[in-house]
Amino acid sequence: MTKKPDCIELTHGSGGLATDRLISDLFMAAFDNPELARRNDGAVIDRVDGRIVVSTDGHVVTPLFFPGGDIGQLAVHGTVNDVAVMGAEPLSLTAGFIIEEGFEVALLEKIVRSMGAASRAAGVPVVAGDTKVVERGKADGVFITTTGIGWLKDGIDLSCEQARPGDAVLVSGTVGDHGLTILAAREGLDLGPELKSDSAALHAMTKRLTEAVPGLKVMRDATRGGLAAVLHEIAEASGVGMLITEAAVPVSDAVKGAGELLGLDPFHVANEGKLVAVCPAEQAEAALQALRADSRGSQAAIIGTVTDDADRFIEIETPFGGRRLLTRPEGDPLPRIC
Amino acid sequence: MNGKILSDGFRNPRHAEALVAAIHEEADSGRHYRIMEFCGGHTHAIARNGLADLLPDPVKLVHGPGCPVCVLPVGRLIMAMELAQREEVILTSYGDMLRVPAGPGRSLTRARAEGADVRMVYSPLDALEMARANPHRQVVFLAIGFETTAPATAAVVKRARAEGIKNFSVLCNHVVTVTAMTAVLDGEDGRRIDGLIGPGHVSCVIGADAFAGVARHYQRPIVISGFEPLDMLDTVLRAVRRLNAGEAGVENAYGRALDGAGNKQAQALMAEVFALRESFEWRGLGTVAASGYRLADDFAAFDAESRFELQYRVVPEPKSCECPSVLRGAKEPEDCVLFGKACTPEQPVGACMVSSEGACAAAYLFRRDARRLSA
Repeated sequence: MTKKPDCIELTHGSGGLATDRLISDLFMAAFDNPELARRNDGAVIDRVDGRIVVSTDGHVVTPLFFPGGDIGQLAVHGTVNDVAVMGAEPLSLTAGFIIEEGFEVALLEKIVRSMGAASRAAGVPVVAGDTKVVERGKADGVFITTTGIGWLKDGIDLSCEQARPGDAVLVSGTVGDHGLTILAAREGLDLGPELKSDSAALHAMTKRLTEAVPGLKVMRDATRGGLAAVLHEIAEASGVGMLITEAAVPVSDAVKGAGELLGLDPFHVANEGKLVAVCPAEQAEAALQALRADSRGSQAAIIGTVTDDADRFIEIETPFGGRRLLTRPEGDPLPRIC
Repeated sequence: MNGKILSDGFRNPRHAEALVAAIHEEADSGRHYRIMEFCGGHTHAIARNGLADLLPDPVKLVHGPGCPVCVLPVGRLIMAMELAQREEVILTSYGDMLRVPAGPGRSLTRARAEGADVRMVYSPLDALEMARANPHRQVVFLAIGFETTAPATAAVVKRARAEGIKNFSVLCNHVVTVTAMTAVLDGEDGRRIDGLIGPGHVSCVIGADAFAGVARHYQRPIVISGFEPLDMLDTVLRAVRRLNAGEAGVENAYGRALDGAGNKQAQALMAEVFALRESFEWRGLGTVAASGYRLADDFAAFDAESRFELQYRVVPEPKSCECPSVLRGAKEPEDCVLFGKACTPEQPVGACMVSSEGACAAAYLFRRDARRLSA
């Protein structure tokens, strides 16, 4: 029996024996499912009664492990959610790994096992995959790209351009948790156990919401750019404005504190387990109840309304009764000078 | 830090309502209260919280020159650009500084894209660390800011000398708050300013008493404020009361952070490491005597201007850019023909649109009425 290598070497990606061993020992074991076990070039997905939804997402996060999660589970949740917020039921995932030469095998194992656990918990298997190793310095540890496939029941048609004046805007829980956790970790700040990523699969929640709210128009996963980016995208696509009540948007005390310390707005940073929904005002209460019925949605809230606005501005009513525009996040959020 | 302290303590809407009611009650509709918030941090806090909407008509907040990125003239930035072009130089500065245009299509960010070694730092300490790690390169820190950032630069220069680090230097652009305030009040537009909101962070360093001379000479109230919404409203109320009573003088409304004397240790550091320049050019205020710092003679070895024999040249402001008038409080951002059209936060022409503390950026990002007027 040969000793396990401690580091990933270029030979692990060459397609030879080392690749084979990595795949069997690690990936097959962690993702354990019959379709993957057949080891074909592609996976076969059973016939479904509906339309197919497909989405893909590359995951590059520093640090790879952070309070509340790691890149592995993020790669599962992110793509499951992208499919789920289309109103579809996620069926399966594929995963592509780009690993930097010299990356510690123990860390890779930890990441892949975490990914396997997340995929099993979500009930969405990783049915196909690929592994490449690149020279040291050509990647940052490990990059994971996942593609998700789901099926969409007839009658569900969610899309960004469907918001209309008078509609209600909801968010499924506190915002800013993931982004501020990552940025605090990057700055080496330990801000206590309350500050952790909200990384979670939302397909149970989206199913409940689509069933409870027949008039549902838009669902969006509020990831990069946070709540602000998603609201702007919806307003832009629909040709409308919005009026959001700042005090109605749930933000945890830990996130508020971290945001102040780093000079960052919780509305502008990423979430990994929160969605924004738009529905007709008369169905807003049903939507709120459906979100709150989910364990991930206990702090869901109606945060504002869609307005008739040719400028497509998102206005915020501050807790003091004044108004300001909600800025669109630009580039990477940077802490302020002074 | 727990955000609850902020939301309950300094952002409590009920307390804000009471302060707003008091301002409405006490502001006399027969006169005007033009109050300049000197500091860009205050400009940002006012816009971010929508506070201007809450004030009665006679109370008007006017933006001041207290945005370090905004007041740096293009000529100084060009000196940094020249340094960045040199093969051996790693040029470091704060993030905002890198995006400021130094002429059409020119900025430090652009220089970096074209191959210059320009790096963003959060602190001059990071630049010093870079110098230790790259002994064969010359690391220059492009230092900007009022007395808020100046002590950190001073401390790092002192440390560099103590450690005998030969490949570190500073392109010093630190500026003097009190002198700038004087220059604003001396100008034609200064006469229209009834009172001032003093900068809270600067005052933590120089002390509230540092403004006593200005308040006395120009017979204006200066109320020093913190940066939370309740701080700002409380400060406006105090300024209105003083103006009603005809009382000039300095009032410290940020007592939880500062006293009259300020931070003696920081002041001593600055006195040791810096010397006043004969004059310094400001965007908006022109050339102002004794308004900028250079490194003192004892630290001349760390002065990038002499090490690299840099010459300052006056460079004209971009055409039609109203940054100078905005920085004096003479014009509103939306009065500029470029505002929101040729000049936006993504494609800034003037520096006031770059910095998050700039008056133009605050107006563009937060104020619907400003965006409308410019449309």
